[in-house]
Amino acid sequence: MAFYIVQFLTGLASAASLFLVASGLSIIFGVTRIVNFAHGAFYMLGAYMAFSLTERFSGALGFWGGILVAAILVAAVGVLVEMVLLRRIYHSPELFQLLATFGLTLMVEDLVVLIWGPADQLGRRAPGFKGAVDFFGQNIPSYDLFLIVLGPSVLAILWLLFRRTRWGILVRAATQDRDMVAALGVNQKWLFTSVFAVGVFLAALGGALQIPRDAVNHAMDLRIIVEVFVVVVIGGLGSIMGAFVAAVLVSELNAFGILIFPKISIILVFLVMAAVLIVRPWGLFGKAEAPARRRPGLVVNPWRPLSRSERLIALAALAVAAALPFFGGNYALTVGAEIAIFVIFAVSLHFLMSVGGLASFGHAAYFGLGAYGVALLAKFAGLPMIACLLLGPLLGLVGAAAFGFFAVQLAGVYFAMLTLAFAQIVWSIAFQWVEVTGGDNGILGVWPEKWAASPAHFYWLSLGITALVIALLRTAVFSPFGFALRATRDSPLRSEAIGINGKRIQWTAFVIAGAVAGIAGALFAYLKGSVFPDDLGISLSVDALVMVLLGGVETLSGAVVGAIVYKALSIWLVSQTDLSKLVLGAFIVLIVVAFPKGIVGTLEAVGRRFRSSPPKSALLASHVETAE
Amino acid sequence: MRRRFFLGASLAIVAAGMANSAIAQGEIKIGEINSYSLLPAFTDPYRKGWQLALEEINAAGGINGKKLVIISKDDGGKPADAQTAANELVSSENVAMLVGTFLSNIGLAVSDFANQKKVFFLAAEPLTDAITWSKGNRYTFRLRPSNYMQAAMLAEAAAELPAKRWATIAPNYEYGQSAVGVFKKLMSEKRPDIQFKDRVVISFLTGEPEYLDPLKDETPDGWIVTGYPWYSIKTPEHEAFLKAYQAKYNDYPRLGSIVGYETIKAAAAILTKAGSTDPEKLIAAAEGLSVASPFGEITFRKIDHQSTLGAFVGKTAVKDGKGVMVDSVYRKGSDYLPRDAEVEKMRPKD
Repeated sequence: MAFYIVQFLTGLASAASLFLVASGLSIIFGVTRIVNFAHGAFYMLGAYMAFSLTERFSGALGFWGGILVAAILVAAVGVLVEMVLLRRIYHSPELFQLLATFGLTLMVEDLVVLIWGPADQLGRRAPGFKGAVDFFGQNIPSYDLFLIVLGPSVLAILWLLFRRTRWGILVRAATQDRDMVAALGVNQKWLFTSVFAVGVFLAALGGALQIPRDAVNHAMDLRIIVEVFVVVVIGGLGSIMGAFVAAVLVSELNAFGILIFPKISIILVFLVMAAVLIVRPWGLFGKAEAPARRRPGLVVNPWRPLSRSERLIALAALAVAAALPFFGGNYALTVGAEIAIFVIFAVSLHFLMSVGGLASFGHAAYFGLGAYGVALLAKFAGLPMIACLLLGPLLGLVGAAAFGFFAVQLAGVYFAMLTLAFAQIVWSIAFQWVEVTGGDNGILGVWPEKWAASPAHFYWLSLGITALVIALLRTAVFSPFGFALRATRDSPLRSEAIGINGKRIQWTAFVIAGAVAGIAGALFAYLKGSVFPDDLGISLSVDALVMVLLGGVETLSGAVVGAIVYKALSIWLVSQTDLSKLVLGAFIVLIVVAFPKGIVGTLEAVGRRFRSSPPKSALLASHVETAE
Repeated sequence: MRRRFFLGASLAIVAAGMANSAIAQGEIKIGEINSYSLLPAFTDPYRKGWQLALEEINAAGGINGKKLVIISKDDGGKPADAQTAANELVSSENVAMLVGTFLSNIGLAVSDFANQKKVFFLAAEPLTDAITWSKGNRYTFRLRPSNYMQAAMLAEAAAELPAKRWATIAPNYEYGQSAVGVFKKLMSEKRPDIQFKDRVVISFLTGEPEYLDPLKDETPDGWIVTGYPWYSIKTPEHEAFLKAYQAKYNDYPRLGSIVGYETIKAAAAILTKAGSTDPEKLIAAAEGLSVASPFGEITFRKIDHQSTLGAFVGKTAVKDGKGVMVDSVYRKGSDYLPRDAEVEKMRPKD
């Protein structure tokens, strides 16, 4: 019995840091509507900074002073980021800020290695909390007891801050209805910056307090960010109390999951998140979001099919791409095939995101299912390659049909998080069901048959399928189904009023997107000759998001360009430098600031300016937007 | 319009490919891949190790008079990226062989690539038993002592303890699962009376400086570990290596440095003996080849392409606020491998 109590207390101690970081993320999202992907990076910076202050300059500040100063310094960095970067892009399309913060995260991961060196850093134990307390024969580190007290104390302080100060009232008001707060004359700039600073301070404090418990390294940001997203979503976005309860829940699930269900411990929290979201779509303590007053773009620039001359240009580009084998070497062809495959993957997500208005954070699941489908069929059933390529993606389709049914019941960030949860569940199955999937050692030896084995043939195969998929998806966008899907995206109420079954339309779109992603995965398995759990991991899902956002989420062909640019650049950078993440991150941040509509979005805007010299005035545009 | 970038990107790649594929006369290229950006704590010392070896080899006249060149690529810790890198090295750099990798899944991915494309691959660090046994292939050789060998060395030390009940703690992925599996099997063979909690801890790899140094004065006392106590190895081979390493880098070597150094030394020996870059000749040269190493002579076994590089087994302790390994003894890899018949059963026929 004592053992279970100790395990429970360990869970509570882990909850403290998680709560600090999650509450910060929750506050920032509540007010600024930014999904701050860089929150994990600030957490990590807090830990590194605290390590330096307590280790090298411990004389001046002492341990506790070091922790506090570290958090304040990182908060200052956060303020700088907000003022220099985020302020420029608050009015960009939804989720574009996610791209900016993702770029930052990439940069920070390489920067900490440059500054603090590659080795793991193990911090001091906290003075006064070095030993352990004996509890019926079990040991509890006294630092854990300190953290157990700290969590609720921070909760109480935050509660006082939000209930008893003018600033807190403004924050709560902005969380509920920020347009109204702005209309009442509150200085939003100041409010956003201060909220961001507080959020980052909490993240950095969470990181700094971890140093006596855990080694500091350059990958700790990714380990926490996903868990924090889960906590915030289970608790309900913008709710501090929710973040606290969910942090405790998640930490206890981790503490006891490993005892009771060791096999599925990794997915337990995701299973719980999926269950919570299906039963309570806005999290435990969240409230339904007020209907947004402004819809992203599109009202001003409706899409149109390609004109005759544009079609010819596209065909000419395809012909040039198809000529690559005549002058490119084997390496260029293999990279070309990989890029083509990622174009398929990106357009499938784009179809869901831009046409359907559903931003999935777990799209890699269907890519990976397609890849595993092929690998399992080829290795266990011994089917020929054509059959595998045709049947493999069906696994992606089936997965998308099953998960999509639940996911489309939600919208916005909650939809994104439920898709993430499903993707993690699929990933853990691939990772832990060693007998079938080979675990993290993957399935090897899935090579193409002779007719497709040469790099040129495989390249043509991939390019042909890519062209076909793009053509089909574009046709779908301008079909009655596509119009119904866009109607549901732009105004769920109106489209329902004219008799469109929105959920069914969205579900269909989800299944289409999943199946197309499965096709990409199937080709990928043959390109690489093997499949690994990485093929359905979070980083691949994020890659797909970045490709779509980079090209321009409001455009019709952005995903194609985004995928080509991002994939070609990342392959080239990984090959050229160890600091590929730093350069890629800086590139993304630059794009975000310079081209806030994405590459294609910006090109289109420039093109329009050329065509109609007196541009439609911004005034007109804003009229149309507010009319919605 | 929408595919215009395709053209631009493809052309850029072609141009890069052509610039690189010009082969300089009188050079032999080795393609090296490792997780430099994901695992810098391990791969930085590893890189220093192979750079030292490269310098020594070229100073001594290279490979049969030709200069040895190493082209090194990062794999970002992803098997798929490692394959892209391997492909670049083979297709556009025309390397004679591939070496490197750290993570087991990446090692397996590259080994499968090598098998498919018929390229010689010397795996440096991956520990998984599969790479030489259940998923072994004729193109792949491995330097570092495998999971099985490390487990066998620890099991031998552990079996001498009076303890009867053992608890195992391991990460829940392939490395952890297979390490525990092998340890249990070997322990129950040596001591049938054992149940898998007195608190003697047996730990894989913890004695390596990469793991031990960050622990500083928090290093646990008396764990039985495998590792690399560079401060207490007094053999002439190792002292020569240590001196050269410290002179070049003003830092002490980690186990990764040994692995990186020896990987390139072994690769050079294979290339020298083969006198050719033909993969079949390289395999023939590598099988049964004995090479000098800082730990003494090692041999690449013909039967499974595993090297007989061993490891040090000792106990952890704290000295002057630092974690160290004491009472350490070198265990030769050749003494801790299963019988040939067993190996043959596990390894697929070529």
